[in-house]
Amino acid sequence: MTKKRILSLALASVMALGLLSGCGSSPGGSDVAPGVEGKILNIYVWNEEFQGKFNENYPEVDRLSDDKSVAYLKDGTEVHWIINPTQDGVYQQKLDEALLKQNRVSADERVDMFLVEADYALKYIDPEADVAMPISQLGITETDIANQYQYTLEAMTTPDGEIRGLSYQATPGMLVYRRSIAKAVLGSDDPDTVAAAVADWDKFYETAEQMKAAGYYMYSGRSDTYRVYSNNVSSPWVENDKTVVVDPNMMNWVERSMEDTLEGINHKVPGQWTDEWNKDMGPDSKVFCFFLPAWGLDVCIAPNVKDTAASQDWAACPSPQSFFWGGTWLVAAQGTDNPEHVKDIMLKMTADRDILRTLAVNYGEMSNDQPLMEELAQSPDFGIELLGGQNYLGVLSEVAANIDLSNISSYDQGCVEEFQNTFGDYFNGVITLDKAKNNFEMSITERYPWLVGGGVIWP
Amino acid sequence: MKNENKIKSVSYAKWGYIFILPFFLSYAIFSLIPLADTIRNSFYEYYAFGLKTVGPNWTGLSNYTSLLSSDLPKYAWNTFVMWILGFVPQIVISLILASWFTDARLKLRGKQFFKVVIYLPNLIMASAFAMLFFALFSNAGPVNSILLRMGVVGEAIRFMESTLGARTLVGLMNFLMWFGNTTIMLMAAIMGINPSIFEAAELDGCTHTQKFFKITLPQIKPLLTYTLITSLIGGLQMFDVPQILTGGKGAPDRTTMTLIMYLNKHLQAKNYGIAGALSVFLFIISAILCWFVFKMNTDSDPDGSKSAAKRAKKGGKA
Repeated sequence: MTKKRILSLALASVMALGLLSGCGSSPGGSDVAPGVEGKILNIYVWNEEFQGKFNENYPEVDRLSDDKSVAYLKDGTEVHWIINPTQDGVYQQKLDEALLKQNRVSADERVDMFLVEADYALKYIDPEADVAMPISQLGITETDIANQYQYTLEAMTTPDGEIRGLSYQATPGMLVYRRSIAKAVLGSDDPDTVAAAVADWDKFYETAEQMKAAGYYMYSGRSDTYRVYSNNVSSPWVENDKTVVVDPNMMNWVERSMEDTLEGINHKVPGQWTDEWNKDMGPDSKVFCFFLPAWGLDVCIAPNVKDTAASQDWAACPSPQSFFWGGTWLVAAQGTDNPEHVKDIMLKMTADRDILRTLAVNYGEMSNDQPLMEELAQSPDFGIELLGGQNYLGVLSEVAANIDLSNISSYDQGCVEEFQNTFGDYFNGVITLDKAKNNFEMSITERYPWLVGGGVIWP
Repeated sequence: MKNENKIKSVSYAKWGYIFILPFFLSYAIFSLIPLADTIRNSFYEYYAFGLKTVGPNWTGLSNYTSLLSSDLPKYAWNTFVMWILGFVPQIVISLILASWFTDARLKLRGKQFFKVVIYLPNLIMASAFAMLFFALFSNAGPVNSILLRMGVVGEAIRFMESTLGARTLVGLMNFLMWFGNTTIMLMAAIMGINPSIFEAAELDGCTHTQKFFKITLPQIKPLLTYTLITSLIGGLQMFDVPQILTGGKGAPDRTTMTLIMYLNKHLQAKNYGIAGALSVFLFIISAILCWFVFKMNTDSDPDGSKSAAKRAKKGGKA
């Protein structure tokens, strides 16, 4: 009973807060008149990564509010960020709610732009859903984006031939390793030497045995290798919105991960973005390498080694098998009252060479400008401090050119999360393989109710 | 004549109705209508398919049958086990503390201070409390590093990866959050016992243990039952602690998945049909439990005289 009372009190206070915050927004939100832009630009995101890059690099930003949650543009427009975490589909849930009431709320409350990841982008760019505005409608032409990596455009091209999202980054993956451990075990921290030691999976596991013998772990946990396997599948997760087809390569991942966990080749970290994972990137860790795209350098590793002995103890070489991870696309929301602002932000942040150069130099980002990246790859001046001055772009150029997103589906996030969760219990030795398969079938139909009748096909 | 009649028939009762109207209105809008809606939804196939919506299509009882063939009993069992793990220590510790705090002979100092301290965990939001425990007991967390450094264990204990560990943590948290509250309720009940009974018992040479088991316990029995049932209803709705502790997964192998967590899974998928059917199940169970509370509160035989008379009658017959 008391529990209930507290809950209702909490709900009541949340409601009261909601009412109060409602008072804050300006009542002058009139409907869109052609050519007149709204005063508030709402952008849906799942973390502060793009927000930070925008605040520091978008030339129209005049000043930020004290808590940095609002950016004021030079023409007085306010940029509001609505942040919801990706995990458990929370971001998608909140975004769905907002998009579905797009036509019923005042112009200032509408979603003007939202960001999507490869794992669920297809759900939003679907022309039938009609929530993403084609860039041609904004007035962005093909010449504006001629330098972008082709795959980032193809992934956002819908069956009607329209492009519905632009990205500021390319996300090919690489193997990021610790120089100190490479020196201790392999005798050299030179990227070429290490590249040879992990040239394919056989070599990778030979090296892993050496690491283990020397008291190190080859990698952190099964989630690290997940993308390397899941990017090399032969078909999308779900067939005809009905049947889940588990790719043989996913079961290879299961088998390999179980072996590595038992053998002590990985550090048994249960997932990415956890405290343990971060500690494994820290200065006192015995973990040799991580599978990361370029954005991982700034987002994952850098915060864990800032101002420590390991702050330059890293280098990059090609992964035993090529992969990509993530990718953030900017999408203009259908029904926006700020099309001109959205267009300008999309163009500046994804196609302006100066800004893209800054992103590459300051954030270690692999920017979405192929000629620029090829130029920087040759440049002796371009080096990343975190990597001890190494120019990692040479490692990535070839992978970036060959990224194939044809097997992504709108189910990827759900499948990634549920597959790793349910098989996690198997790796921890709590359940059998068959039980894990059962649990996956159950979880996936809970998440996507319309898959109930279709079943799951195992290889 | 007519006028006089009118004045005579003025009824002030309508003001009574008007004053209680706001409650009934808000109850209807915020509770009754949603309740009816939930029951209605439970007979439909009704869920979100990406950004589109499927249904509502009438499917009769199929939501109920599919729920019964799912792992629902397992989640009910999980909920029960984790509730017991928290309730047993809670009631034991609360009883001991309550009898200490109310004992006139034990001149405990700082009673007021302790009463506040044991109540404090209840003031923290359950989710914040769960976050704290998640951080404390994680594989690389402070509890493990202390144990490792003291040499108690050779390798970090992976609390959340074993059924026993995860369930015990949930039980422990529920215990910590609620034992203060129960203590204060039991203290009120014990203080309601006529002190002359204790005095008489002491004069007769009653020991502490005897006093506790023969006087205190029987006297507070109604409140104990009340605590049990309300805690059971609260336990049935257990959600935030295991949800936050396991990240909504009910790990390992769904052994910490409670009924409401399962409901939440369907709500997240915007599957209103199944979620509605599950809510109806929960509603029925809660209703049965509430009926017991109601029965107790409207006891027609508060001092046991009627049943004693009945027993005597029976005894006479036999």
